[in-house]
Amino acid sequence: MKSPSLQRRTLGLVAVVVALLTLFVYVAVRSGPLAPVAVTVAEVESRALKPSLFGIGTVEARYTYKIGPSFAGRVKRLDVHVGDRVKAGQILGEMDPVDLDDRVSSQESGLKRAEAALREATARQSYAETQARRYEELLAVRSTSEEMAATKRQERQIADAALSAAREDLARSRSDRDAVVAQRSNLRLISPVDGVVLLRDADPGTTIVAGQAVVEVIDPKSLWINVRFDQISASGLAADLPVRIALRSRRDQLLNGRVLRVEPKADAVTEELLAKVVFDTLPKSLPAIGELAEVTVDLPRLPEIPVISNAAIRRDGDKVGVWQVVDGDLRFTPIKLGTSDLDGYVQVLDGLQAGDKTVIHSEKALTAKSRVKIVERLVGAAR
Amino acid sequence: MISLAGRDIHHAWGKFVLTGFGLGLLIGVTLIMAGVYRGLVEDGRALLDNSGADLWVVQKDTLGPYAEPSSLNDDIYRTVLAMPGVDRAANVTYLTMQVRKGEEDVRAMVVGIAPGLPGSAPGWPPYLIAGRQITRGHYEAVADIASGLKLGDRLTIRRNHYAVVGMTRRMVSSGGDPMVFIPLKDAQDAQFLKDNDAIWQSRRRTEANPAFNRPGVPGLLEAVIASQSTNSSVNAILVALKPEQAPDEVAESIRRWKRLTVYTRAQMEDIVVTKLIATSAKQIGMFLVILAIVCAAIVAFIIYTLTMDKIREIAVLKLIGTRNRTIAWMIMQQALALGTIGFVVGKIAATFSAPIFPKYVFLMPQDSIAGFLAMMAICMLASLVAIRMALKVDPAEAIGG
Repeated sequence: MKSPSLQRRTLGLVAVVVALLTLFVYVAVRSGPLAPVAVTVAEVESRALKPSLFGIGTVEARYTYKIGPSFAGRVKRLDVHVGDRVKAGQILGEMDPVDLDDRVSSQESGLKRAEAALREATARQSYAETQARRYEELLAVRSTSEEMAATKRQERQIADAALSAAREDLARSRSDRDAVVAQRSNLRLISPVDGVVLLRDADPGTTIVAGQAVVEVIDPKSLWINVRFDQISASGLAADLPVRIALRSRRDQLLNGRVLRVEPKADAVTEELLAKVVFDTLPKSLPAIGELAEVTVDLPRLPEIPVISNAAIRRDGDKVGVWQVVDGDLRFTPIKLGTSDLDGYVQVLDGLQAGDKTVIHSEKALTAKSRVKIVERLVGAAR
Repeated sequence: MISLAGRDIHHAWGKFVLTGFGLGLLIGVTLIMAGVYRGLVEDGRALLDNSGADLWVVQKDTLGPYAEPSSLNDDIYRTVLAMPGVDRAANVTYLTMQVRKGEEDVRAMVVGIAPGLPGSAPGWPPYLIAGRQITRGHYEAVADIASGLKLGDRLTIRRNHYAVVGMTRRMVSSGGDPMVFIPLKDAQDAQFLKDNDAIWQSRRRTEANPAFNRPGVPGLLEAVIASQSTNSSVNAILVALKPEQAPDEVAESIRRWKRLTVYTRAQMEDIVVTKLIATSAKQIGMFLVILAIVCAAIVAFIIYTLTMDKIREIAVLKLIGTRNRTIAWMIMQQALALGTIGFVVGKIAATFSAPIFPKYVFLMPQDSIAGFLAMMAICMLASLVAIRMALKVDPAEAIGG
């Protein structure tokens, strides 16, 4: 016969052993490699994707006017500073003329001298004309010799020639003066457009080689973005597509624009396509040249076909497909993928129907032998 | 026949079970230690598995990309792609660095993956536990859950901000650092991009160099500076082979004709497991051996003490003529029972505490079975000493003393 305390003891012992065994079995089956893999499953939806392309680029000016002298010299004065707005035709600065002013006055004097020479030649010619006519008349009444009349005729011809030489000389002097004056005015740095001064590369006193820019002026209306798209995900990129632009300094403020053109020449080294994007309306405060911009190009909406999340796409050997749970077992279904959008949805061209269920997320890589447990959301993956 | 061991345990079960619990915790620690060792190796294997590659093409004569730095031009993958037997090839970069999230920072291995659709190129995370894969060519990230990041977080790598769009699990470097996957071009920048101060200083240095800043050659300085701030290098090319291709043959032909170093999966595993984590694995292995010895010694002591506690009862048993075999069996049964309780408690404790560890603890069923068998052997050996003591006891002690 057993005492009640002995019975209680037995019960206690049994309880401890049973509890331990239950935990042990749970631990052995529910953890480690033998445990089922938790997965989430979703239905394939039929949806009309609105694909987009994503690229980054920098703000650039379509036209940059690099203004500088056409020959070497020294900057004399520069009236504008970076950021100044300038008008077309405005004088921005001037190069040092060195001896050009003196050469202009020398040419002026030369011109006056040529005018004087012309006047002299005119006077000589009119005298020679008169003399020649008089001797013709005298010869007619036989009051002078044939020889004298011929001499006067020749003198008139010489005076004619001297006059036209003096005329040409005057024209040459005038052209010489004009040339020097043109060179003189070429020293002025003149803005070809209404724009903004972007750079001031030299200050007065600096010596500049021919062709070097002193001031750069841009036309703010011509700002555009030079965007780079990875070639592998740039299908459908074309001119006139609408885009959304996020400047790095104004991340939350989306600006609208459109693709102006896709460059016919791609970057072979970085494997990118290049495109130019223009703003629909320029923001009030102009974006800085060189600022980074994120550009999203909206492509036309596609017809409605089954789509899956790109998280569902797995690879089994050399096949791309999805895992499906059929009667509690896993089955790999190879699929053919179509276009994808930026939210992670991919078109399924072949292999799945709308309403099919596929594995989206899983705790581990799946194989056909994996045991699975379908859950709403995986541990630690809370949003 | 009544079970002497059962009666004895029944008599003082509280003490017995508590002893078993104590022993169990010790066994739990030993199992965890074995799990840590396995976890180290498993981390290395996970790194290779998750890359999805059959071959690793790296800079000539380096052990890259995991064990040594390796640098390749990023257009070499095209020539590798043209080799016979190669199905897919993709550039990849690896850089272990601090990834900032707000005020905090996380040590992570930043992996740059080639653009495309998931599954189209090796290097992409093979499965996700939340969110989606990267779709944009810039500024998106898929992070491992061990990094503590969540979906929708914004993290900062160098000067760029990335949105976390997907989460992975068990995507770690060989050192156990969580991986953060970002688009390849961003990762190339991140590897090379210096802080702004350094860039300014480097520009000034270039400006001060008369060879680059020549008054007669406008534009030279700008060209030199532009050429200094580009990076067209990657760390390795991951190659997936066509089905039925022998990795060694393809590797040999790339080695021979492209003059690059190529590792197959087996060679890479050898590098990662025997070279990269060898020392820490040995350290843990050493510790495991010591723990096992300590564990065995403690089990022996406990059984010895338990037997000594009831030496008087044993003397009585002998006095009433119990056979030696019965007494020995009783002691051994008790030892085995103690071992079993200890193992069960240890296994439970180890399983429940394993996820708390910061690095991966991999409890293999084989290890558990081996541990159980070793435990039984140790218990038997330990009980032999106690049995010898018990059999030598003089039945007279039951009356005397």
